[in-house]
Amino acid sequence: MDITRRRLLVLLPAAAVAWKYVLAGTPEASPNYQMTEHWWGMLIDIPKCIGCGSCVRACAEENDVPEGYYRTWIERYHVEDWKIERPEVESPDGGKQGFPPHADDGGKNFFVPKLCNHCAESPCTQVCPVGATFVTPDGVVLVDKSYCLGCRYCVQACPYGCRFINPKTNTAEKCSLCYHRITKGLTTACCEVCPTGARQLADLKNPKDPIHEFLKTHTVQVLKPHMATGAKVFYNGMDGSVR
Amino acid sequence: MGARDANLFKDIEHLIRLAAVIAVALVAFVILRAAVVPRSFGQYGHYRGAAISEIASRPVALAGHDACEGCHTDVVDQKKLGKHVVVACEACHGAQAKHADDPSSAQPKKLDTAVVCARCHEANSAKPKNFPQVATADHSGGLACDSCHQPHRPKIETAKIEPEGKK
Repeated sequence: MDITRRRLLVLLPAAAVAWKYVLAGTPEASPNYQMTEHWWGMLIDIPKCIGCGSCVRACAEENDVPEGYYRTWIERYHVEDWKIERPEVESPDGGKQGFPPHADDGGKNFFVPKLCNHCAESPCTQVCPVGATFVTPDGVVLVDKSYCLGCRYCVQACPYGCRFINPKTNTAEKCSLCYHRITKGLTTACCEVCPTGARQLADLKNPKDPIHEFLKTHTVQVLKPHMATGAKVFYNGMDGSVR
Repeated sequence: MGARDANLFKDIEHLIRLAAVIAVALVAFVILRAAVVPRSFGQYGHYRGAAISEIASRPVALAGHDACEGCHTDVVDQKKLGKHVVVACEACHGAQAKHADDPSSAQPKKLDTAVVCARCHEANSAKPKNFPQVATADHSGGLACDSCHQPHRPKIETAKIEPEGKK
């Protein structure tokens, strides 16, 4: 067959696509867990949170989080009367040991648990120069620590301050939504231990998940909606002062 | 015509050499790329597809309350009688997957109720108003909570206290 210019132009893209598949290898078999059947998020019911720190402790144990770093943490908000744009926020040791006794000092007081929002349009994965962080097909933002350079772009890019550099491995680290648990049919460590049910793992692709009824019947919000990150951690009863 | 053709290709040797160099470089690039880029890179997107299964295969540290309840049925029965029925075992007892795997070798630590209970029940104006909370310093003066309360079923039954109070 003579390779004419026309034939070459047709063949080249086809060869490129074929080569891409050669490089990618064959997809791995995952008999028990189908990534395409899930789309993970979380529901946080602020009026139920008692700031006990169980979630922070469980997370640290489950994920071997170094001392002084947090994949999830709790903030205590104190908002004076109308000063909604200037809340006083404290988070001693990430709320790991609960919060010290606090008498009523007026204003509005409440706890806000924070974690990675597992954004569908995550700013952190977009800036990674090597493809070490990514959104999985089931909507969880993960870090491939064997591929991470530790360049810190993602730490800067996260608008929620959810990432840090692990001082032992010098790689980026963050909440994995306990991916090793949820793929085994368990809930996350933080949701497992939350004594009041303020945290609930949500599978948005599962029509039987109670999240759908909850989202329909409650006024929920995500953090920094103006940044259009597609955050999937939904907060119920969130005050406007929370940032 | 013949003279013009000969003129056009008189330096073809240079072009062939150049083409050879480019071809060698291209082959070297393709081989090097195949050697350096992980096989699963690009399987699902611009990342190593195998990373997903690597992360998913990590062992768990918290066994989950279902694992506990399989053996500790006596505690389950106690918890059912009180409000702590909704509290998962590992919220207080910590991660126990090792204990669940091998109950004899990994024993959970005895808890200090003065610390554990206070994390949830210490009075704080940020806690929901309907959540039971006390200023532990006034309430018990540093005494361990399990001096009076049974942690798995914390409400003190009035019937049990009355004889003490009547004396």
